[in-house]
Amino acid sequence: MTDAGTTTQAQPSSGAETTPAVDFDREPGSYKHWKLDVDDAAGLAYVRLDIAEDGGIVPGYELKMNSYDLGVDIELYDITQRLRFSHPNVRAVVLTSGKDKNFCAGANIRMLAQSPHSWKVNFCKFTNETRNGIEDATAHSGQTWIAAVNGTAAGGGYEMALACDQILLIDDNSSTVALPEVPLLGVLPGTGGLTRVTDKRRVRKDRADVFATKSEGIRGKQAVEWKLVDEVIPKRTWDETVRERAEAAAAASSRPTGGTGIELPPLQRTESVEGIDYQHVHATFDRDRGLVEITVDGPDGGVPESLERVHELGAQFWPLAMTRELDDLILRLRANELELGTWIIRTRGDVEDALAMERVIETHSKDDWLVNEVRHYFKRVLKRLDVTSRSLIALIAPGSCFAGALLELALACDRQYMLDGTLDEDDSEQGDEAQIMLSESNFGTFPMSNGLSRLGSRFYGPGADGDDHIAKMRQETGRRIQAVEAMEMGLVTDAPDDIDWDDEVRIMLEERASLSPDALTGMEANHRFVGPETMESRIFSRLTAWQNWIFVRPNASGPDGALRKYGTGRKAEFDRRRV
Amino acid sequence: MSIDYSEKIPNNVDLAGDRKLQRALESWQPNFLNWWVTMGPAVPTQDVYLRTAVDVGKEGWAQFGHVAMEEYRWGVFLAERGDDRRIAFGEQKGEPVWQQVPGEYRADLQRLIVIQGDTEPASVEQQRRLGETAPSLYDLRNLFQVNVEEGRHLWAMVYLLHAYFGRNGREEAEALLQRNSGDLDSPRILGAFNEETPDWLSFFMFTYFTDRDGKYQLGTLKESAFDPLSRTCEFMLKEEAHHMFVGTTGIDRVITRTCELMREHDTTDIAPHGGIALNVIQKYINFHYSVSLDLFGSEQSTNAANYFTAGLKGRWQEERRRDDHLLTEAGFSIDLVRDGQMTQDEVPALLALNLDLRNEYVKDCQSGLKRWNKILEKHGFDERVYLPHVGFNRHVGLFREHQVTPKGDLISADVWAQKVDDWLPSEADKTHVQSLMRPVYEAGKIAGWIAPPSNGINGKPFDYEYVHLA
Ligand SMILES: [Fe+2]
Ligand SMILES: [Fe+2]
Repeated sequence: MTDAGTTTQAQPSSGAETTPAVDFDREPGSYKHWKLDVDDAAGLAYVRLDIAEDGGIVPGYELKMNSYDLGVDIELYDITQRLRFSHPNVRAVVLTSGKDKNFCAGANIRMLAQSPHSWKVNFCKFTNETRNGIEDATAHSGQTWIAAVNGTAAGGGYEMALACDQILLIDDNSSTVALPEVPLLGVLPGTGGLTRVTDKRRVRKDRADVFATKSEGIRGKQAVEWKLVDEVIPKRTWDETVRERAEAAAAASSRPTGGTGIELPPLQRTESVEGIDYQHVHATFDRDRGLVEITVDGPDGGVPESLERVHELGAQFWPLAMTRELDDLILRLRANELELGTWIIRTRGDVEDALAMERVIETHSKDDWLVNEVRHYFKRVLKRLDVTSRSLIALIAPGSCFAGALLELALACDRQYMLDGTLDEDDSEQGDEAQIMLSESNFGTFPMSNGLSRLGSRFYGPGADGDDHIAKMRQETGRRIQAVEAMEMGLVTDAPDDIDWDDEVRIMLEERASLSPDALTGMEANHRFVGPETMESRIFSRLTAWQNWIFVRPNASGPDGALRKYGTGRKAEFDRRRV
Repeated sequence: MSIDYSEKIPNNVDLAGDRKLQRALESWQPNFLNWWVTMGPAVPTQDVYLRTAVDVGKEGWAQFGHVAMEEYRWGVFLAERGDDRRIAFGEQKGEPVWQQVPGEYRADLQRLIVIQGDTEPASVEQQRRLGETAPSLYDLRNLFQVNVEEGRHLWAMVYLLHAYFGRNGREEAEALLQRNSGDLDSPRILGAFNEETPDWLSFFMFTYFTDRDGKYQLGTLKESAFDPLSRTCEFMLKEEAHHMFVGTTGIDRVITRTCELMREHDTTDIAPHGGIALNVIQKYINFHYSVSLDLFGSEQSTNAANYFTAGLKGRWQEERRRDDHLLTEAGFSIDLVRDGQMTQDEVPALLALNLDLRNEYVKDCQSGLKRWNKILEKHGFDERVYLPHVGFNRHVGLFREHQVTPKGDLISADVWAQKVDDWLPSEADKTHVQSLMRPVYEAGKIAGWIAPPSNGINGKPFDYEYVHLA
């Protein structure tokens, strides 16, 4: 994480809280910072980082020494998605640098120094999610990522390598791996670095301590000995050895061969001052009330259940189309709509139709690569919701289709309100009441980062207690559940009737909007992740929380803090008191 | 089944057009009637000459007639207002008032309404058995009038809870009937409302001093930015004025009778002659006044300041005051004890709102004292009644830890213990007053410890049959 060559102090932008709107649309033809080479026959892809110095997503800094910003990571995210959906034959991915002697210097420091807190936090969250996605591809898609570190990997550069299954380091007597954030910048290697060094690579904690405070990093044999890398490879055999390792990984992959990829065409999206509209997902802004109303439409008339038809539809296959739109919406709202602090989530459609998604997934995710990708993609998007620092409220009303997989949307929310009865007594018939339905996919198909299902988290209890509750829920799958019963089963927070619905919901939302946004973020994050920790949950709940604390401390972000002083030739002045 | 709502529940809130409100009130009403039968007036009656409000206009708000009490038509009324009312104080001063509860203030507004609502049925419960010892049918009728109107005030608060606070509001409305005065498990919220009103002198004192506290609390809520609360309280204040009239004239008549007996027997010790001595009346004043002062809460209150800043609760006659209505800069002088001395201190006005209200109340209380002293004067006596010092017999606020005489001197706990029977009703005083409490149910007759009123109700004579007992 260095930004060598600059000696002038980064100018913190004065109107620091205004950030440009971020757009997540990318396609390979427009990449500024990456080169993607796919060798379909060999089942290999090479992903080369070659950052355009003048290609920053916002003005004010140069991306020297392969240092990255959000724009670089948005392209990386696009690559990971396309590899999974458009390149079914790719079974191993080599992540390497297109620049000599320089793998990646991590996040650009001037960018960090000039960014408002919210930008830093959002940037780190997104990069973390992309790193997790790389691990997810290795674990669930049979696309094993290998870091071919052909130059120094510092800070976020080494963290990118840590997300890969193997780390190969060039042995040229100068390239090192390093986490210099603590000694040089007074912040943490917060994109999973600290956590992966100990939890994934099993580096002994005292060595991890030495490593993370040694700004120049470690190279050669010692890096292998300390398990920081898997192998050091001499320069002259570098290319062949990397390819051998990649071929070996491809050979060991479970990913079925012979598939035909699908296109991921640009999303059709209409943006206006009132909201964002996609084909299946709609968002309406209510700026006065500080909220956005999100409606996810169920499939119109069901989902085809024949695999041929699924492949033929490709990106138009409703579960995939809806998931892509929801993913894009979440990212845009998170990056661009900081003051819409409450997200209301609704669904609209037929319960039976929505369940078709389940059936396809349950039947085919094991044997069809595309269905498997859809499942894991929806899982990752749900995880994005889990770590979204907004109040999430599900409103379950007549005409909604919170069933099976879509019910996960409601379960991801902080609260669920379900209308008991109907709002228009005269016009409705029995059977028009809101209903939800549990299916197999609520029991582990889409796990959270703590390794539990959302139901498992909701009913987390000591041993048998929690298990009993879950076992009981399992018996209720496939049945339409109305408000009063849903309330009794603990599946919704409240079930107001028609008399109360409008007032209860309005007052709850207004009350929410009046609370401290910071306290809400902290509270919600605590409530959402109960029980066990995994490496992934530790990255979000500990590493990120600590990093975000450090980011607001004067020792990092104050005028004399380390982030601001970096590259000025002057030393940071620390408040020496430990807190 | 169609119900004529304006007939069954007189109202000006378009109950007939509000299905939601109908259902809420309809499920509450049987519980209310059940409460009235079990916790309301204990003396069985056929009917009572009562005033019923059927409208907010001049003609509607005071319709008189004999009604069976359980058939009394408790109504829901909001004072009429112009459409353009603006918030008069606090951070949102100048903005339009709220016709809905802002979620941000739901909890606070609900709490204010529940506390006010809790006092209304509480006083009915406290006075439940008083009818058994009424000094005349006229007084019995006044007691019942106060009781049904306190019942209506409960309705008014329940209306707000039902109409604006959703399910939570309905649960609170139920709880208003479940708490009972003096109930060990589930008492009324404010301590003063858990004491039984043991005799008619206490009743008059209560309606003079404690209902007056209610008047001032309603006055602050009348200023509220939450318009339905404001308008409800404005209408309640009309009725409250009558309750205080019962207290003021009740004490008038007790003092008049005391004067007559002192004159007749040429002694201040009129107890043996069936009267209430002036010094006992003074002790009752001391007690009820000091207990009512406690209801204003601590002199300094951040809650009151928050309510003010948010626009929930204003000051007495907020709109007539000539200041910035924000009070972020102003100071306020406060009495307190420091190093064993009575002294004064200056505190931020925003924190002293309870004291500001209490000061208004104290001024208002003085008027009754003047009036009663005129009676003494007219009868040729030099003795006078007075309000004790604000630090006397206090259990809330800055004087809580100190013993203060009615004149305002600081004394030790020992001296207090020796003298307390001179200042507050002693057991002997209470026993004597209790011994005078014998019912007089014959029209035109009155008990010996109190003078008859100078006028009857609504132009009817004193000997009118105001109440038909069962
Ligand atoms: Fe009242
Ligand atoms: Fe009253």
